[in-house]
Amino acid sequence: MNSLTIAGRELRSLFLSPLAWTMLGISQLILAYMFLTQIDFYLTIQPKLVELANAPGITDLVIAPLYGNAAVIFLLITPLITMRLISDERRNKTISLLFSAPISMTDIILGKFLATFIFLLIMLFSITLMPLSLIPIATIDFGKLTACLLAMMLLLAAFDALGLYMSAIASQATVAAVCSFGALLLLWIIDWAGSNSGNASPLFEYISMMRHFESLLRGLVHSTDVLYFILFIAGFLVLSVRRLDNDRLQK
Amino acid sequence: MKHTNSRMSSLIEVNNVSRHFGDHCAVDDVSFSLNQGEILGFLGPNGAGKSTTMKMICGNLAPSVGEIKIQGYDILEQPKMAKAELGFLADTPPLYTDLTVDEYLQYCAKLHGLKAGAITTSVTQGKDNCGLTDMGHRLIANLSKGYQQRVGIAQAILHNPSVIILDEPTVGLDPIQILEIRQLIRQLGQQHSVILSTHILPEVQQSCSRVQIIHHGKLVLNESIDTLNDRMSSSSLLVKFKRSVDISMLKSLPDITDITETSDNQFRIQHGQNQNPAETIANLAVNENLGLLELTPETHNMEQIFLSLTQAEPHDE
Repeated sequence: MNSLTIAGRELRSLFLSPLAWTMLGISQLILAYMFLTQIDFYLTIQPKLVELANAPGITDLVIAPLYGNAAVIFLLITPLITMRLISDERRNKTISLLFSAPISMTDIILGKFLATFIFLLIMLFSITLMPLSLIPIATIDFGKLTACLLAMMLLLAAFDALGLYMSAIASQATVAAVCSFGALLLLWIIDWAGSNSGNASPLFEYISMMRHFESLLRGLVHSTDVLYFILFIAGFLVLSVRRLDNDRLQK
Repeated sequence: MKHTNSRMSSLIEVNNVSRHFGDHCAVDDVSFSLNQGEILGFLGPNGAGKSTTMKMICGNLAPSVGEIKIQGYDILEQPKMAKAELGFLADTPPLYTDLTVDEYLQYCAKLHGLKAGAITTSVTQGKDNCGLTDMGHRLIANLSKGYQQRVGIAQAILHNPSVIILDEPTVGLDPIQILEIRQLIRQLGQQHSVILSTHILPEVQQSCSRVQIIHHGKLVLNESIDTLNDRMSSSSLLVKFKRSVDISMLKSLPDITDITETSDNQFRIQHGQNQNPAETIANLAVNENLGLLELTPETHNMEQIFLSLTQAEPHDE
């Protein structure tokens, strides 16, 4: 309840600033362009696909790549949305309002997390309108589309949780943005080492976010991958609560 | 949510609280308690530990040592219960400048767990109390500093808390607003306990029922305003005559302990605490035709007491 109050205020402030609208507009524009090129590509190879038995469909060749591209764009913009969450409250001293109100640290963190997550879901929804527009002209594999959406939701929540934690430890919003972008990018590419020679570290492969995301995107909903994301999200949320709690104990 | 503990008469209890920041000790072993209906003025020079103490009472900072209880609830062990009884205005008012006054106050009311029906009435009342009635639709960012300060005060009293803590509430207000806020504080003090910190000494004399002075993190004075007023009452007279006077003649008058000549024919006459020789001096002046020009009781004010307590160590000025 308290976290919903905080989330409501946070979302409102987000949409009162031009940042949210700009992000919605620009990401939509870029992804629409990518979607279009993907369709174009599909149309050129379509004659060849007809000859193949068990050929990949439009879901594999257009929709999954669209979400793959969207993931990279979210990697770039989520830090910009999460960066202000805690650091700005500290900077503007508004945090004392939350600290003196009868609410727990968990309420504060969950509220902040929910607000940005809802914003990211709005973005995801407007992106999903593109594949849905194909329904009248093509057969879409809804099972795979659902898997893609699940993958996106888990990924966005993970980005969000990490960004929130960075905002809780950084004293300046921009520092939080740089740190969360760096951390996310590193987690994205960490399995590159040794992947060409074929002796990649299994630990790095497990840590890599992209690996879990891509297997979900292919339609393989594996509990290992889902669990990875849930652990990741819960882990960073707990860390954020601890960090905020630490404000009162500052040395 | 109301008092489970009826034997508690004091709303705030601060027991042996200290706070260290690294090696620096900001608050050193401070203890006091505050009863219902008291207005406590918290004084001290900059950096004395006023804000730190207030932040600790409100749970924004955890004390290094000691305990703080609000209505019997420990601020660290039962923070939700304790904070429900608190209204706090920090030295910088915690305002979201992109919201309107109404939106902001509604948000604060929700944070304090007011029920949907009570929110509108309490927001209206809060605005009335702080003179914000016509400002509801204005953006906080566009308000002047004084009005922002009022929004901060409205936020602190919105949920009708039993303890109200205001850190320098009259900063940035114009003289009329200051009078209004003082009146508001006195009014609040009838049903609530109020702690307010300030640099303005007359403000304390006018609005507070108790005064505490904190210096270098230590409580150096904790007295009711009445005791303090006694201490401040006059014990010297400033007298000026037109014609020259023999000082021994004045000395022979009763009740006079000491006389010093401050300038030509002007004297400072020290007398006992509860005696006033003004009448005898006036009579003497008339009888001897000395031409009395001035006869003023000298009062010690807050300022002198404050300075004597906070500048005990040698000071080159």
